[in-house]
Amino acid sequence: MLHELTLSGLTAKLAAKKVSSREAMQACLDRIDAVDGQVNAFMSIDRDDALGQADAADAALAKGNTHAAQPLLGVPISLKDLFCAKGQPANCSSKILGDFLSPYDGTVVRKLRDAGAVLFGRLNMDEFAMGSSTENSAFGRSNNPWDLERVPGGSSGGCAAAVAAQECFGSIGTDTGGSIRQPAALCGCVGLKPTYGRVSRYGVVAFASSLDQVGPLTKEVRDSATLLGAMSGHDPHDSTSVPTDVPDYVAELGGDLKGTKLGLPREFLIDGIDPEVRAAFDAAVKQCEALGAEIHEVSMPHTEYGVATYYIVATAEASANLARFDGIRYGDRVDGDDPFSLYCNTRGQGFGEEVKRRIILGTYVLSSGYYDAYYLRAQKARTLIKRDFEQVFETVDALITPTVPAPAFKAGEKMDDPLQMYLSDIFTISCNLAGTCGISLPCGFTSEPKLPIGLQFLGKPFGESELLQIAHAYEQATPWHTERAAL
Amino acid sequence: MEYETVIGLETHCQLKTKSKMFCGCANQFGAEPNTNVCPVCLGMPGVLPVPNERALQLTTLTGYLLNCEVPRFAKFDRKNYFYPDVCKDYQITQFDFPSTTTGHVDFEFGDGIERVRITRAHIEEDVGKNNHFAQHSGVDFNRAGVPLLEIVSEPDLRSADMAYEYLNALKDILIYGGISDCDMEKGMVRCDVNISVRPKGEEKLGVKVEIKNMNTFSGVRRAINYEVPRQIETLESGGTLVQETRRWDDVAGITESMRTKEHAHDYRYLPEPDIMPLKPDEAWLAEVRSHIVELPLARKQRFVSDYCIPAQDADVFVGNVPLGGFFEKAVEGAKNAKAIANWVINNLQARLIETGTTVDELKFEPVAIRELVGIIDAGTISSKGGQEVFAELFENGGSPVVIVEAKGLAQVSESGELDKWCREAIDSNPGPADDYRNGKENAINFLKGQVMKASRGKANPQVVGETLAKLLKG
Repeated sequence: MLHELTLSGLTAKLAAKKVSSREAMQACLDRIDAVDGQVNAFMSIDRDDALGQADAADAALAKGNTHAAQPLLGVPISLKDLFCAKGQPANCSSKILGDFLSPYDGTVVRKLRDAGAVLFGRLNMDEFAMGSSTENSAFGRSNNPWDLERVPGGSSGGCAAAVAAQECFGSIGTDTGGSIRQPAALCGCVGLKPTYGRVSRYGVVAFASSLDQVGPLTKEVRDSATLLGAMSGHDPHDSTSVPTDVPDYVAELGGDLKGTKLGLPREFLIDGIDPEVRAAFDAAVKQCEALGAEIHEVSMPHTEYGVATYYIVATAEASANLARFDGIRYGDRVDGDDPFSLYCNTRGQGFGEEVKRRIILGTYVLSSGYYDAYYLRAQKARTLIKRDFEQVFETVDALITPTVPAPAFKAGEKMDDPLQMYLSDIFTISCNLAGTCGISLPCGFTSEPKLPIGLQFLGKPFGESELLQIAHAYEQATPWHTERAAL
Repeated sequence: MEYETVIGLETHCQLKTKSKMFCGCANQFGAEPNTNVCPVCLGMPGVLPVPNERALQLTTLTGYLLNCEVPRFAKFDRKNYFYPDVCKDYQITQFDFPSTTTGHVDFEFGDGIERVRITRAHIEEDVGKNNHFAQHSGVDFNRAGVPLLEIVSEPDLRSADMAYEYLNALKDILIYGGISDCDMEKGMVRCDVNISVRPKGEEKLGVKVEIKNMNTFSGVRRAINYEVPRQIETLESGGTLVQETRRWDDVAGITESMRTKEHAHDYRYLPEPDIMPLKPDEAWLAEVRSHIVELPLARKQRFVSDYCIPAQDADVFVGNVPLGGFFEKAVEGAKNAKAIANWVINNLQARLIETGTTVDELKFEPVAIRELVGIIDAGTISSKGGQEVFAELFENGGSPVVIVEAKGLAQVSESGELDKWCREAIDSNPGPADDYRNGKENAINFLKGQVMKASRGKANPQVVGETLAKLLKG
């Protein structure tokens, strides 16, 4: 079946003219019709637009355009609901944006279009990327394809669920504290968070500007390499994007792990890791050793401050970033007698509980008299965490850790306990604070029920190529990436 | 009791750039509402600000012109507050690390020169404009994102008049540097006034009142002149002042309370994560420094001391920079700077205004004015002849010497022909000649006229007078 192909499998068939982009697109739509009623990954799909783009890709292929020049030519890719694409909604799974349609294409969207991708569908997420389960979506949660009773993780939960349910050949999400890697781990797919500044943020609705980074979710490592290559590079519209060369990530894949030094951070192997997760992780470490990697135990002493630091920095930035949703220029407006009550009514009714909680928290930590105690201290802690990474990368090439302490949890299980929910990101958060890159890929399954377990590698700044090589070597030596959820 | 007034000003002025601070939209006044806008300056979801390099250069140049320090590290911050004209509900500004700090402005006030210290000059974005209609309100975002310089003074001003002169001096500096057009009519300059009073001799500052958003300098002067007695009267009558923000009602001529300290905004500043900190290097700063211009006051002082021209003349050359530049070239190596200044101000400037032309469009070189004054001083031509030469110069260009030659304007000063005309005039007019000899000095003017007539105006009137007197007495 067409939808079962990987991204690279599809491009091979497209290049050989064995299938058309329209057939691939139609296969995704058929698959969505068949399973998305259970998975609920997609919030909306503009089918005519999708098929129109596929036809245009077929015309380009017929004209002789190649995947060497356009690596995604004819490949259906889906977007998290916070990417701005001209004429399409960007609800961020929130009610507050109403019937807003983006008046412009963001840079990632433009680059993916330039690479020939057929961009379709808006994928569910936690409202404004705040959450770890998609339960904070204003339009209902997505379900984990491995067990529909369970969450797919978040905030890019729709992205991971769609890939795991084989409804698209890859999806694009964002990762602020683990929002790509954590759902990738919970859904058994590959999720890559690039280095801060690697991919432009222009046209990505911001949650926490200094932490947000765009990345791919795919069935295999090679496909993430393809998508990353298409999206990366300096963007004059984003002054935080970095003007360094973009390697050919796909061409650099291959090889084993001989001589690769992997750091095992002591502080990550805490009590409370699910035993099956721990066992799968230990086995993965052994597998890497068997592939030639040297394992070094390392220390990252400020790891324990990660979650607290994150929830100050991220919420502070979010409190400013989300201020613009005020009902004045776009989105839903709930009127009031004066501007102040208009704001209160619009934002009071438009935002969900978690978003309000974080806005209030962020507003508090920036308030006069509290700034030094919270925001300034968090910035200092952030510097220390960054320094931890700099120090370990002097001796090792990458870090190896579990992605999440436990497999996918049941829907509703943690909704009454935000703190427990926040701890789901404990292994992913420090990578965002340090601004380095990280990847999650499958490394096994729990037994009863069968749920995916994620393995995380954390790489040096702008070391995506090496990170992908390591992940690829592990992936190719293990069977986990070939397993699919039975829907 | 005698009181002292203490005033500090925060002056906002729009920078003279082609595009806005963080996007490519035109920085242009007077367009139809919401036509100079884009997703960035409308604060659409997902947009990012990218600083305008020209605006950063003008900010730093301002720092140099105001004798400021220019730190090697500066950054942008977000100032959070909800208001319909603030498209993102935060304004991008500079909080704790501004682009320029600690400078001063010297300006003429009363009989001397005063100095006001400058706390900082930083860059931020302007906000939109709320318009209120009968049934609804609208916001025009054309102005949103226009680069805005905020110049903060220390509380060094002591009166309304002093504040007024400081503002004018500041405006002249900004226009001089090409920083801003400072067009008040177009709202390019706006002021917040911080004002307090204290018993004379007291060190401690009194309770501060801020008057917000004044858009004329005369308004600032009137507001201070209203506010100072109000504060003093309150204190004198045993009342207490509260720290507050007040609004100036220009029609009523009064200030009224907007909000007190308890209701002041908490702007919750945070570092702008979308823009990297600014770390100007030496090459960048050197490029900015190459655009430093002489300031108005320094120029005036230099003109007065170097050229020994009156202050009023120097003021003309400060007010009209191209004309002053022309004067400086004309006066090079000349003996009679005052005469050159007169020609440039009285004749050249007048003709430029009459004809609506500029110094750049002149058909003759500055040296021509020097030559013109030279031949007048040498007696080669009369000053009346000079007017003719100048008219020709202005009309068709050329060189004064050539024009004198071509038009036969040279005066006759040598004896010979001139002696002959004088004798003829005396012989033909014995009456006036006798009158002169009998002590009626004025009678010589008639004879002079006859000689000028006979010479068709070419005789040097001064020499004619001397010759006639000699002949009549001899």
